[in-house]
Parts: sequence; C-alpha cells; structure tokens
Amino acid sequence: MIEEIIFAIGFIILAPFIGALIGGIDRKVTARMQGRVGPPVLQPLYDIFKLFEKEKAVVRNEVNFYIFSYLIFVVFTGALFFSGGDILLVIFALTLAHAFLILGAYAAVSPYSHVGAERELLQLMAVEPMLILAATGFYMATGSFAVKDIALWPEPVVLTIPLIFVGIVYVLTIKLRKSPFDLATTHHAHQELVKGLTTEFAGPTLGMVEIAHLYETVFFLGIVWLFFASMPWVGLAAVIVVYFLEILVDNTTTRVRWQVMLRSAWLVALVAGAINLGVLALL
Amino acid sequence: MSYITKSPWIIHYDGSSCNGCDIEVLACLTPLYDLERFGIVNTGNPKHADVFLITGGINEQSRAVVKNTYEQMPDPKVVVAVGICATSGGVFRECYNIMGGVDTVIPVDVYVPGCAARPESIIDGVVRALGILEAKRAKMAEQEGKKQ
Ligand code: SF4
Repeated sequence: MIEEIIFAIGFIILAPFIGALIGGIDRKVTARMQGRVGPPVLQPLYDIFKLFEKEKAVVRNEVNFYIFSYLIFVVFTGALFFSGGDILLVIFALTLAHAFLILGAYAAVSPYSHVGAERELLQLMAVEPMLILAATGFYMATGSFAVKDIALWPEPVVLTIPLIFVGIVYVLTIKLRKSPFDLATTHHAHQELVKGLTTEFAGPTLGMVEIAHLYETVFFLGIVWLFFASMPWVGLAAVIVVYFLEILVDNTTTRVRWQVMLRSAWLVALVAGAINLGVLALL
Repeated sequence: MSYITKSPWIIHYDGSSCNGCDIEVLACLTPLYDLERFGIVNTGNPKHADVFLITGGINEQSRAVVKNTYEQMPDPKVVVAVGICATSGGVFRECYNIMGGVDTVIPVDVYVPGCAARPESIIDGVVRALGILEAKRAKMAEQEGKKQ
C-alpha cells in the first residue's frame, strides 16, 4: 500500500518536469529536423510560468472550473496508473478528463472553440475502441486488469499482443496531438482552427491545459512502457524509439480530415485488435 | 524572476501594408533567422499573444479590427509597429482612406524603421519590446499586490 502511494505521489510531483523535458527535447529535435537551432530545452516550463504571469482573462467563469477538473482528472488518471490501479478505471478516468476539456471549450462560447470541441469529441471517439481493446488484450495476456499485475508479469506482454502494441502506437499520435492527427489543438502554436479547442483560453487557464498535457504525455509513454515492463531498460528504449517516431511523423505529414482519422483509427483497432485477440482466444 | 521575456508569443497583423514588411516579419520565423530559439512563437490568436506586430498604415476598414485584436490580448502586452507605414502612414499617408500610423488607434511601444523593415531590425525591435513588456509586468504585479 505504502509503495503504491509513493508511486502516485512521485508521479504527481515528477511528471510535469519529465513531461516538460520531453516536450523541450521534442521542440529541439523538431527544430533540428527543419534546419533550425530551436528553443532551449526548458522552453515548455518557461511558457507555462509565463502563462501564469498573465492577466486572468476568461470568457465565462465556468470555463475555469471545467479546465481545472480536466487537470485534476488527468492527474488522477496518471496517479492511478503509476500506483498500479485497475486499467479499466484508468481509461474511464481519462475519458472523463477529456469530457471536462470538451465542456470547457463548449462553455467558452465562440465558433472556433465549438469546432475545436467537436473535433476533440471525434478524437475521443477514434481513440476509445483501441484503448478498450488494449485493456482486454492486457487481461487476456496476463489474466488481470491491475496495472501492478501486468507490470510484474514475468515476460514482456508485447510478445503476446504485438498487434495491439502497434494499434496503441497508432492512436498515440492522436492522443499526443501530433500531425497528421492534430485536429482539435496542438501544443505548438498553430493557427486558427487548429488551435480550436484552446482559442478562447488565455493566461492561467491555458496554463492548466498545458500542464495537463505534460501529465498526459508521461502517462501515455507509461502505457508504452507497460508493454515491456518485465525488461525495464528495453521498455525505456522502446519509449524513446516510439517518441522519436512520433516526432518524425509529426514533421513529415500534413494534417488529414477528421473522416480519415476516425476511419483509420477504427480500422487499425478492428484489424489489430480482432486478429490479436482472436489468436489469443484460439490458443 | 520573470518568464514573460523568455516566452513572448507574437501575433502578426497586416493593417494595409504593401506586403513588403509582411514577408519580412515571416522571414524572421524561417530557419535563417529562427525566432523560435528565443522562445518566440507566432500564434495567430490574440488571446495567447504577448506581442502585437503590426505592419502597414491603418485605414478606415482595419481600424476596428486592430482595436478589437488589441483589446482581446490579456495584459501585459506590447505593440510593435513595423515599417514606415505603420509608424506614420509612409508613402500612403496622403490617401483618402488612410488614418496614419498605428498610434492613431492603439498605443505603440516600439517603432521599427525601414521600408521594408529588415529582419534584423524587426528582431531588434522585438527585443526592445521585451524590456517594456517586463516593465509592464512588474507594474501589474505591483498593482495586484496593492489590491490585496
Ligand atoms: S514600409 Fe514600405 S515595405 Fe513596409 S508596408 Fe510600407 S511601403 Fe510596404
């Protein structure tokens, strides 16, 4: 019990810094790929601190409540995951967090933020089947929904459910808000519609969204790691490779329409999930 | 310690410029000048921006847009007028629809000379604007301290 609490608190304290470091390296690598120098590695932290120095301008006060709830539930999701909780509960908490984010965007009455909110809903729809299939896959591979049991499983889970791993990496692009699936918003300052969801958020409100994004990044890389949990260093290498792939894809693709995102994500979930789980069920 | 000078986000608006100064502003963001290494990002959203870059003079139609954009930016904020047109109306100042420089509508903090303004002088102007931004932030923090 004590151990679990330590892991949860460790996540809550360390994740923003790790997330910011990852984000900073991301921006540096992106800049190098484009032949630029790029900002300092700690730039994401500077950005967030700056946002909290700005004026508290908000369209309606409800927005702050929704965005704060979003942040809290994202933190809860990650803490639950790293303390070895039930992976189904983790997924539901994550969905709830995003529901709050969408409510926040809807509450800030503006056409741009409504378009952003609708796109975020579509992203949620695209990702959800794969996440549920992943939870099922973990269960069929190890006989438990608890992240703790999956992490302590003697052999790498990825050997049993390789296709589900591929599917998760695919939807990771949507979840990390990277091109070609950065429809609702990106953490880079793209313009107009692409910034949709966060168009109406300013100052500290936007800061909370950014912090939540740092937590989310660490959480999702944690899921990637879970596939290799019995060999921690291989897991770390896998996380680095996967994240590098994400940056590469981010820089070499253009944005797609939401139809393509939804169909391809569902197709990947259906094919990868069905084949993998089918084989597992037959064995 | 203040972070606002380490991460100034820019919004760029073209009042009624001939597009000369405009492309120079965008040139600053390309790999050659790479403004992002100073943490500067081109946002296109007034609510996220700290620095308002305007090129070209203000005419009757763009007046409302400039004012509206300026008012949507949360404090602290600075305005940089880029190019001769933005400072005084330049070669267009005698036109029937031109009101003059940007300062006829909103307060301007830094004037960047040139026709077209060179990327180096634009960067120089933005860096000078950062000093003003920091001063404004300090003043804002002081006022907030007084209120409590
Ligand atoms: S200052 Fe010169 S280059 Fe710039 S907008 Fe005016 S006319 Fe065009």
